[in-house]
Amino acid sequence: MVNAVLFWIIAAITVIPALSLLFARKAVHVAMSVVLVMVGLATAYVALGAPFLGMVQIVVYTGAVMMLFLFVLMLVGVDQREELKETIKGQRWIGLFTAAGLGAFLVSIVGRTALPTAEVGVQGEPDVIAIMLFEKYVLVIEVLGFLLITAAVGALVLTHTPRLKPRRTQLEVQRDRVLMGANPVNKPMPGVYARHNALDVPALDPEGQPIEDSVSRVLKTRSQTQLGEEYRAQLEDPSRKEGDR
Amino acid sequence: MDPINFVILASILFAIGAAAVLLRRNAIIAFMGVELMLNAANLALVSFSRMHGEIDGQIMAFFVLVVAAAEVVVGLAIIIAVFRARQTISLDEPAELKG
Repeated sequence: MVNAVLFWIIAAITVIPALSLLFARKAVHVAMSVVLVMVGLATAYVALGAPFLGMVQIVVYTGAVMMLFLFVLMLVGVDQREELKETIKGQRWIGLFTAAGLGAFLVSIVGRTALPTAEVGVQGEPDVIAIMLFEKYVLVIEVLGFLLITAAVGALVLTHTPRLKPRRTQLEVQRDRVLMGANPVNKPMPGVYARHNALDVPALDPEGQPIEDSVSRVLKTRSQTQLGEEYRAQLEDPSRKEGDR
Repeated sequence: MDPINFVILASILFAIGAAAVLLRRNAIIAFMGVELMLNAANLALVSFSRMHGEIDGQIMAFFVLVVAAAEVVVGLAIIIAVFRARQTISLDEPAELKG
């Protein structure tokens, strides 16, 4: 027999979060609620004398399956809008009516049946389960192994994207750039005057003229560049102060 | 409290999962509805195992768990493949498949 308080707690932490499947707008909220449902179900398994299954439920469902759901949610984008336009007319009411009818039907049938309950329940400890699995159901276990391998290979095949073009090597990239007329050597660095953080000051060529290319294009677009004449003048004549022109 | 109450709880959870599959358009949420239905079936199996005092129900629930894990992997891969092809995971979008 199961403690009545425990039953009602389990009922509350499974049914209430499960309702978010119908009413929550964001898929992430739904996923987190379903995690809570899975924890509640694991509690129910332990209460019903299946401690191994309860642990497996937590490891497989809350740990692996729901996290996989969250990964896929992150992959396809959390902000996927759910459109409310109905493609089938009245689908919402038909669906709600069908599901509510199914629930009412099942509950009324199950509520009316009276099954004898065994006085001594079995405890599904790992050793009991293991002996059962590998003696009576060993063939099923092997078939399940095949199923899991097939599922893994299937997932790999479905998510595999073939490469349409051959991969470009660094040599080809460089050759294309030169053919397009790019300068094969580096651009000159911006001028560095000792007293200024000079990324915005052009470098000087050997004749003392500023090299326009040495300043970042972005700074030029924002018109945050300087000509550097002030600093050149200071270098030529150290007696001049900053700000004199 | 009689374990039959857990079967009633499982029926309610199954109905909620079925409603989610029928009502929601987001493929991932509908898929979580399928997961909830599978888990409701598991809960019923474990309750029956307790009622009969046999371990077989728990073994069956374990098998359902493994099959559900395989199903999740393939289902999510299909959702990702559909998303790559048409940038949406709405269940209404691939309707042009119908003849």
